[in-house]
Amino acid sequence: MLKKTLDKNTVPVLDVRNLEAVYQMDEGVVRAVNDVSFTIAEGETMGLVGETGAGKTTTAFSILRLLPERTGRIPRGEIFYKGENLLKKTPDEMRIIRGSCISMIFQDPMTALNPILTVGDQILESLEIHNIENKTKKELESRVDELMTLVGISPARKNEYPHQFSGGMKQRIVIAIALACEPLLLIADEPTTALDVTIQAQVLVLMEELKGRLGTSMIMISHDLGVVAKTCDSVAIMYAGEIVEYGTAKDIFEGKVHHPYTLGLFQAIPRLDEDTLRLRPINGLMPDPSDLPSGCKFHPRCVDCMDECRDGKPYPYNQNGHRILCNLLQREKRV
Amino acid sequence: MARYVFKRVLMLVPMLLIVIFIVSFIMNLTPSDPGTLILGERATKDAIQELNDRLGYNDPFFIRYVRYVSRALRGDLGNSWKNGAPVIQEIVRRFPATLTLAVGAIVIGLTIGMTLGILSAVKQYSALDVAGTAFAMALASFPGFWIGMMLIILFALKLRWLPSFGVGSMKHYILPWFTTSCSFGASMLRMTRTSMLESIRMDYIRTARAKGQTEKLVILRHALRNALLPVVTILGMSFGGLLGGTVTIETVFSIPGVGSLVIEAIRMKDVPVVVGATVTLATCFTLLMLVVDILYAFIDPRIRARYIRH
Amino acid sequence: MGTATMADIDLKKIDLKKKLKKKGHSQEIWRRFKKNRTAMVGMFIFVFILLVMIFADAIVSYDTAVTQKISNRFIPPGSAGHLFGTDNFGRDILARIVHGSRNSLLMGIGAVVIGIVIGGLLGSIAGFYGGGIDSFIVRTMDTVMCIPLMLLVLSIVAALGASLVNVLIAMMIANVPHYIRIVRAAVLSVAGQDYIEAARACGTPNFLIILKHVIPNAIGPIIVQATMAVGTMIIHAAGISFLGMGIQPPTPEWGAMLNEAKNYMVDYPYTVIFPGLSIGLTALSLNLMGDGLRDALDPKLRD
Repeated sequence: MLKKTLDKNTVPVLDVRNLEAVYQMDEGVVRAVNDVSFTIAEGETMGLVGETGAGKTTTAFSILRLLPERTGRIPRGEIFYKGENLLKKTPDEMRIIRGSCISMIFQDPMTALNPILTVGDQILESLEIHNIENKTKKELESRVDELMTLVGISPARKNEYPHQFSGGMKQRIVIAIALACEPLLLIADEPTTALDVTIQAQVLVLMEELKGRLGTSMIMISHDLGVVAKTCDSVAIMYAGEIVEYGTAKDIFEGKVHHPYTLGLFQAIPRLDEDTLRLRPINGLMPDPSDLPSGCKFHPRCVDCMDECRDGKPYPYNQNGHRILCNLLQREKRV
Repeated sequence: MARYVFKRVLMLVPMLLIVIFIVSFIMNLTPSDPGTLILGERATKDAIQELNDRLGYNDPFFIRYVRYVSRALRGDLGNSWKNGAPVIQEIVRRFPATLTLAVGAIVIGLTIGMTLGILSAVKQYSALDVAGTAFAMALASFPGFWIGMMLIILFALKLRWLPSFGVGSMKHYILPWFTTSCSFGASMLRMTRTSMLESIRMDYIRTARAKGQTEKLVILRHALRNALLPVVTILGMSFGGLLGGTVTIETVFSIPGVGSLVIEAIRMKDVPVVVGATVTLATCFTLLMLVVDILYAFIDPRIRARYIRH
Repeated sequence: MGTATMADIDLKKIDLKKKLKKKGHSQEIWRRFKKNRTAMVGMFIFVFILLVMIFADAIVSYDTAVTQKISNRFIPPGSAGHLFGTDNFGRDILARIVHGSRNSLLMGIGAVVIGIVIGGLLGSIAGFYGGGIDSFIVRTMDTVMCIPLMLLVLSIVAALGASLVNVLIAMMIANVPHYIRIVRAAVLSVAGQDYIEAARACGTPNFLIILKHVIPNAIGPIIVQATMAVGTMIIHAAGISFLGMGIQPPTPEWGAMLNEAKNYMVDYPYTVIFPGLSIGLTALSLNLMGDGLRDALDPKLRD
């Protein structure tokens, strides 16, 4: 008994190792995720930050194994959920894990709900699928009421359809669906991007609160560093399908050493506590994932680019779990 | 909802007035008059003239139109110029054959077309999808009456399994049913497939999968129900179209349906029958489209809300 | 004055850019179309049929197609000089199919082209202006569409008299509502776009907006529908002739050939098989092309 609880505490909820994901398109192979590794402990929230197209959502879909059937593929890597490799599960085993153990909140609440089913039915659906305790319909219905109250919507509205709700309300329903079976891991894919700023704050507070109450681990996908700073314990910065910097929130937001891309990201945000005349955008654009540059994938845009960056993988820097994929730091250390 | 339906039924009236006008106007252009048709070519000019006068045929077109409409409102579509029988009676006599043909073809086409359409969409680019869509396209490219002739040659003349013409028993309908369902089933397959492919790509399908829903229910409960609107539209339009549009197939199989009635009447310039039957078919078509619109409301709550608001 | 010239230069620049973009766009469509094997097969078949139609007289003289020779009745297909056999009047079926292609294709293409022009005009007016004109046109057309198409066409033919031109006119009139619908839908999908608003905001006159922005952007789906409609019209025209109300014998036409041959199909099935195959193959080639064109125009439907 004691051993078991001990195990539970040491084995991370999610352990992703060397994950690669590709899309097989007519035009060629799109390498969306390249050699990504990270772990998430129980109750931990990890922020996954990067520009559009950096491979954040693909990473999330890989974990749930929801990549497009015909085009998406995971050629390499392991994804351990509480020590079990999800990539080795049969489709049916995977189906049972989805929704009950790992669930996901989608980017756009406007399209994430089925327009022709009542919101109550859509929450109920999750409960019915994973109804291992054989609860009666009535018990499940009361759980629906409970969930709706939890996310701050009156249960009286459960027979209404998605088109009768506002964007923020819809996102609350999506959250209720995701939390219905009390999953151990919640993947939130830019849960507030499609919402108004005022509603964004409400939804974030709600998620924080629920996470605290249920003890859920979470991956918070975002391109908003402000949101990440507020909610995350650890942060992974993605660029062109790679995690270029990974560490605790403290490492990222207060640490002294950074990947040039991370620095670029920070310089592109307006700050109130410093006198900045102009924002400094990162020059250039993200590379085409079907035609990635050789060497360090960031080198064409990097202000500190060196000869050795152009070919060969950059040397990883690692200081107490603060990982940075850059030759610059490695050299400083070597010197 | 009831108010919406009532409004739609009311809209039928001006629509039918226009239909009657168009068809009577076209038929008015045909060189024909009731006197000659009833009395025959050999009758004297005076006798023909007198009969035409008595039937009111020599009045101006507009007067005749108004008279026809006012009679039609009382359920009287006039009498055939050829045999003097009430047009309504002729239509009622012919309608069962047309309906049997249409309903049977719809059932066959719907079952096969929709099933294959769903399977093709779910397994896009599979052998079944490629073969199914190719087959559907080939079927839709050949004239129905020619397919009917081929089926007759094969099943009635060579194999002698089925009768080739007439309406003596249900067995007589098997070949016409399959012939008629060809092009309908093909368009059903294509529409179901396209519509399903669109709805399968929607975000809510991913939500359903992320919930852990079984693939079967993801398809049936989420994708199919959202894909139904265009399918139902095609279904309604085809059903309406089949009531009057199977003339060539009725001819091939010698089925005495409403379509054949109109053709015979057009050939003989029997104007009241042409107008009466065409108006009846147009009414059926409109009513079917109303049923389709009501079905919309059952499928999609957003449309239901719009109807209630009106 | 000065501002006017400035604006002119700007317009020219934009125009040039658009032209360049446009060219690249159509090349891209052609590239995707070429990759679609079934669409290419459809195109080759259709080009072949077109060539047969154009060079019909060089292939076989018109006399062969119409001259009756009772001693030659029902020569089976494959015989010397009669690849497809002969019909009940001893006429070579292949020759009749070759020359019949002219009438069948002419009716199909003619009805669609004229119909699209008229329907396009009314449809774009309805779609672009909306409001009262729109609802009037749409209501009227919806009413006409309630009349079974074939019966409407046949009554018009009966009124005008059976001939190729009259069948063409009848099919055109009966189908105009259909084309209005297609064009209107295409125009509506474009008219709501922001770049139309932008053009309006610049004070571009309506006819220029329609000419320069609406038509080029809405034309894709219309071409697809038109391609497929030609096939449908060929089938309809054949049906009319099959009922004996279209082109009259002895003029060769595929539907009329079926009408003549249907009494002999018991003993001489080939007399109905070959004309039917010609209709089907032509319609099929058009459908394949239309399908390929749609995929090429709208690649997002593919994966």
